[in-house]
Amino acid sequence: MSLRPEEGVMQSRSQAMRALFDVLSDQPVIICNGFPSREAHKIQDRSGNFYMIGSMGVAASIGLGLALAKPDHHVVVFDGDGNVLMGMGTLSTIGALKPGNLTHVVFDNEVYGTTGNQPSYSRLVRLDHVAKAAGYVNVERVWEREDVVYEFKTMLNTKGPNFLLIKVNEQIEDAGRVALDPPDVTKRFRDAVGSAS
Amino acid sequence: MIDSDDFVKALRDIGCDFFTGVPDTILGGIIEVLSRQRLYTPSVREDEAVAMAAGAFLGGKVPVVLMQNSGLGNALNVLMSLHLIYLIPCVLIVSWRGFEGKDAPEHVVMGQTMPQLMETLRIPHRTASAETMTDDLRWTAHTFMDQRVPVALFLKKGVVKTIQP
Repeated sequence: MSLRPEEGVMQSRSQAMRALFDVLSDQPVIICNGFPSREAHKIQDRSGNFYMIGSMGVAASIGLGLALAKPDHHVVVFDGDGNVLMGMGTLSTIGALKPGNLTHVVFDNEVYGTTGNQPSYSRLVRLDHVAKAAGYVNVERVWEREDVVYEFKTMLNTKGPNFLLIKVNEQIEDAGRVALDPPDVTKRFRDAVGSAS
Repeated sequence: MIDSDDFVKALRDIGCDFFTGVPDTILGGIIEVLSRQRLYTPSVREDEAVAMAAGAFLGGKVPVVLMQNSGLGNALNVLMSLHLIYLIPCVLIVSWRGFEGKDAPEHVVMGQTMPQLMETLRIPHRTASAETMTDDLRWTAHTFMDQRVPVALFLKKGVVKTIQP
């Protein structure tokens, strides 16, 4: 495997995630399964975080359903390259429906990091190009922290759907499993977004 | 046979207010009515559809997913590792292709095993009929609210009026 040219300047996913949480206020965030959810829980546990522990590939579908149900909320999805590749059809559903209140963030480390860094096709297939072709309105691909912060801030205040691809390295944060019962995650999240219980 | 308009009205009367799915001939009339009323959001796969329904439930909706029973196969992992784990309910309106083996070959195995499959997954299910529809939908609403899990209503050919493809 050849070393990627941008390797030297890349942050880890958890560094990028910290930068995103610093920008977020009360926007709901759907976080894909595996280490992204564990890292988010460790970095900033908040009631508006929905931590997935299974159902790989559908984080963006959940975000889409929420965005359609809650047009007054700007919905954020934290996704990974393996997840997007698994549910790539959903990029077309989002591109076709064009929910303006959806920002889809993809941490692209080009590997299945939770299961031992098996390479994913995202090093050969430009997911940002796929999103653009599918009909996302704003698409950006970034590496560095200041670009991550600038683009994410802009997208949260821009009519989407927005797609922010963040190239990150393969480093994983030392984070344990999410210490919340899934039904409690559901209840807490619904309360946070103002859904009747 | 129940009119598609009446079936949609009955679903709305029990509180359903978010509709997605993947088409089937048996469901064509229902989808046409929902589309005309601008209530239907088409999905491209059944696992995406049930996940969209989950997002809609998180956003306060009472979601319905329409699909052919072959689509249950696509949706299984999401139903098992999202809905059933997080206690996220939805109404599954599933057309029963391959009922009693009388259908194209690709529908035969799912047509024969679907009820046992739902038993195994512990997904409450019922086969709707024109005569019992009011009670079927009342049971659906009650199970949704009470158990907070996906509830499947099977629709055989000829129960709700459809359109000719």
